[in-house]
Amino acid sequence: MLFTSLPFVIFTAVLIAVYYLLVPRNERWGLLLIASLAFYFFADPRYLLFIGVTALTAYVLAIITEDYNAKRKAYLKANKENFDSDSKKKYKAVTARVSRLMLVLALLINLGILAATKYTNFVIETIGAIRNQEVNFVNVIIPMGISFYTFQTVSYSIDISRGTIKAQRSFWKFLLFVSFFPQLVQGPISRYGDLSQTLYEPKRFELRNVSYGFIRILWGYFKKLVIADRLVIGLKTLTETPDEYRGAYVFVVMMLYAAQLYCDFTGGIDITIGIAQMLGITVKENFDLPYFSKNIKEYWNRWHITMGTWFTDYIFYPLSVSPTMLKLSKWSRQHLGNAIGKRVTVYISCFCVWLATGIWHGAAWHFVVWGLMNFVVIMASQELEPLYAKFHNKFGFKGRKWYSAFEILRTFLLMSSLKLFDCYRDVGMTFRMFGSMFTTFNIGKLFNGSLLEIGLTRGDYTVAVIAVVIVFLVSLYKKLRGRDVREMLFERYHLFVLCCVVLFLATMVFGAYGMGYDASQFIYNQF
Amino acid sequence: MDELIEILKDLHSDVDFETCTTLIDDKILDSFDIVSIVSEVNDRFDVTIPAKELVPENFNSAKALWDLISRLEED
Amino acid sequence: MKKSWSHESKEYKIYVVLCLILGLAIAAAGLYALQKLLVPKYMRGVVEGSMIAEYYESEVPHEVLFLGDCEVYENISTVALYRDYGISSYIRGSAQQLTWQSYYLLEDTLRYETPEVVVFNVLALKYGEPQSESYNRMTLDGMRWSRSKWDAINASMTEGEHMADYLFPLLRYHSRWDELRSTDFEYAFSRDRVTVNGYYMRCDISPEGEFPAPMPLADYTLPETSMDYLTRMVELCRENDIELILIKAPTLYPYWYEEWDAQVRAFAQEYNVPYINYINLRDNIGLDMSVDTYDAGLHLNLTGAEKFADYIGQYLVNHYELTDFRDVADVARAWEDDILFYDELRDAQNAELAEYGELRSWGANAIEN
Repeated sequence: MLFTSLPFVIFTAVLIAVYYLLVPRNERWGLLLIASLAFYFFADPRYLLFIGVTALTAYVLAIITEDYNAKRKAYLKANKENFDSDSKKKYKAVTARVSRLMLVLALLINLGILAATKYTNFVIETIGAIRNQEVNFVNVIIPMGISFYTFQTVSYSIDISRGTIKAQRSFWKFLLFVSFFPQLVQGPISRYGDLSQTLYEPKRFELRNVSYGFIRILWGYFKKLVIADRLVIGLKTLTETPDEYRGAYVFVVMMLYAAQLYCDFTGGIDITIGIAQMLGITVKENFDLPYFSKNIKEYWNRWHITMGTWFTDYIFYPLSVSPTMLKLSKWSRQHLGNAIGKRVTVYISCFCVWLATGIWHGAAWHFVVWGLMNFVVIMASQELEPLYAKFHNKFGFKGRKWYSAFEILRTFLLMSSLKLFDCYRDVGMTFRMFGSMFTTFNIGKLFNGSLLEIGLTRGDYTVAVIAVVIVFLVSLYKKLRGRDVREMLFERYHLFVLCCVVLFLATMVFGAYGMGYDASQFIYNQF
Repeated sequence: MDELIEILKDLHSDVDFETCTTLIDDKILDSFDIVSIVSEVNDRFDVTIPAKELVPENFNSAKALWDLISRLEED
Repeated sequence: MKKSWSHESKEYKIYVVLCLILGLAIAAAGLYALQKLLVPKYMRGVVEGSMIAEYYESEVPHEVLFLGDCEVYENISTVALYRDYGISSYIRGSAQQLTWQSYYLLEDTLRYETPEVVVFNVLALKYGEPQSESYNRMTLDGMRWSRSKWDAINASMTEGEHMADYLFPLLRYHSRWDELRSTDFEYAFSRDRVTVNGYYMRCDISPEGEFPAPMPLADYTLPETSMDYLTRMVELCRENDIELILIKAPTLYPYWYEEWDAQVRAFAQEYNVPYINYINLRDNIGLDMSVDTYDAGLHLNLTGAEKFADYIGQYLVNHYELTDFRDVADVARAWEDDILFYDELRDAQNAELAEYGELRSWGANAIEN
């Protein structure tokens, strides 16, 4: 079910009404569970099996781990006098090993399901390509949102193993954490420690929550329907017949895609977080004004945040501080010098993270290359940093307003270039098209009306530009004032309501939905 | 503690580590810095900071980091 | 000033509730106005989309109801029927009206009145599947909401159409903001008349030409769906004591195959309803296709439609007990108005023809772009 489908809107509206009007406060989480399972059931009943297995294994193994650790700890405490420091260490090591075994089991099962469903055909295709053979794809179903809920579940298993969270003792409550429906379409990837704080507690109807949530949903639909789904039409034309649109058109693709992806993805997240907020649940933010970033590292701290922190916490850190890596770090510092040696392990871990990020984004090589290109750019900017610093100090640029603007623009263009991999969906083609920007000079063509032949009318461009300006101004407000426009509006409730009405009507009229527009799926839907 | 400050100063010479308590929240230290710190600490104090301790609360200030190291040394 | 109120205070709650009620009202009013503005008006050029709704404006009783596509609404002059025989009739015709749409329009009409005679033109029987979204909209959007409309939509939707788009036409037509014309504003809340009791008048002349030779078909069987609805129409008429007549209008194109004719004839015999194929009676009607058609023989013009009305009217008064409404004062008054409108329309068209040699305010030339 798409966010923009009428059944989804009706489903959510009915749910919220029933939630507050008919269900007692303490039982509201139960309704959410039923709704989430129903959401899955109507998409495809078989999905329930997958999500059920994932939830059940993580749930059971977490309880076993926690109970076992508690028992061992209690035993140790009760028999303190029988242990010396050495035997205590040994005893603890056994405990750790068992708990690690549980974790490995949980990861094998759940990442195994993810790999088997999402990546089987990718592997078959790759092997076929290497051997230069015809391949037969197998017909596997890919459960909706499997990447998101698997990652949530995996983080739960790891956190249990680390002892940083308490295991959920109610299976149904745990199942709600795994299946909470607004997140299934395109994230964010919540952590149990964060989400559980508000997911199960009794919910009161609060005007502020419901209002914030509501306007946020409208805002999400506005961005998605008015901008993203409109631009996607032009992008399709430009990228499906790339040979006709080289040179300056590639730049147009970059700009359109930057706007399209941002509005589609943040719009979807707004809808998700908005629904959750209307239900009284706090979901972690996934974006923090990414296009205002001054460098790529900052960008990745602000774009798809929950994915970035997931990879940092569960791949980058464990890998970087693992005994092997620490040994390698020591060795390389001794043999390669302090400056280089220090970076070796960080870069190795970083490489792994970006490889994984690429693969996570999709079972295709252009995603892998895209991930690695991010790694290359991050590494390059890291290496060039001292040089930059020298440069800044010499000319005193740092901190100047125009220089910040330049840095923001530079980062934006860099990230938009990398996104071309996602547009052309073919590694060689992406490089060719990127290169054509510098070899084919056809800027004049952009102004001879050819842009009106890619499926967008003058009116479409006008609406898109106005809407993008509105989105920009709203972002700028947050950047400068440090708070959302909706908070300011809420203090003058009549303005707040008026804005809701205008947003709603504008989306109804100017949204690119219905006949004549192809319903475009959320980009992250396949994840 | 001084040795720890020295490690931190090596990374960012322009930060006042004695008083700052928002090293992570204000994004002064990033994940690369944290990994560097872990490996330096491992070298100089012979303490291994496990991945599960790599959370903002332990890295927001030099003091918090020092407490972490002390706690791990005791174990 | 709002800040000074505590969010727990009664005043604040009243203020919020007022804001919400007002907001809802503005949203609803806005939606209504936008929908009125954005739906197609069908007031110039393609006026076929206005016909179905116009029926509800008619205040006179109708003893004869015509159902069908352009072969009824362009070929039969309702005014001639009244003027010559006192028959009060209405043509619930629309572009490419499909058989089930005719059936549901009959159901819909029965909610308001019960005619003595229903005349159904059989050309649409050849379609067993929904054909086109735009024709669907032109026929269905004009119907008032009822069970019949709901069923008609369900029976008519093509791939990609949704009931929601009919319930809220804004969902379908919102993208017309980019192509709004002055008529959209002019006719947002009121419409002009485009027909005379369902008859769409054209006064121009374009002689009948050569039609392409009929393509041989793989299968000449009329589709089961449309025949089923025809059966339902027969039954519905029986239940309501209505005489049903099946006709095939005297125009030659689209081609009406012998095989189809035979099937309808067999059907008519089986259900004991009259079926008249006027293609064979063109000479009797007195049609001169060098002057009685405005589009090279596809449809009749005013003179043709009056001749056909004369002929079919004679049949109606000969076979059925119909009221001569010329003697019913109330109805006659209303008809006099219609005749006035009819004559003015004819004069206006003839004036344009005299001036330009073609129609400028009607038909293809009048399409706004």
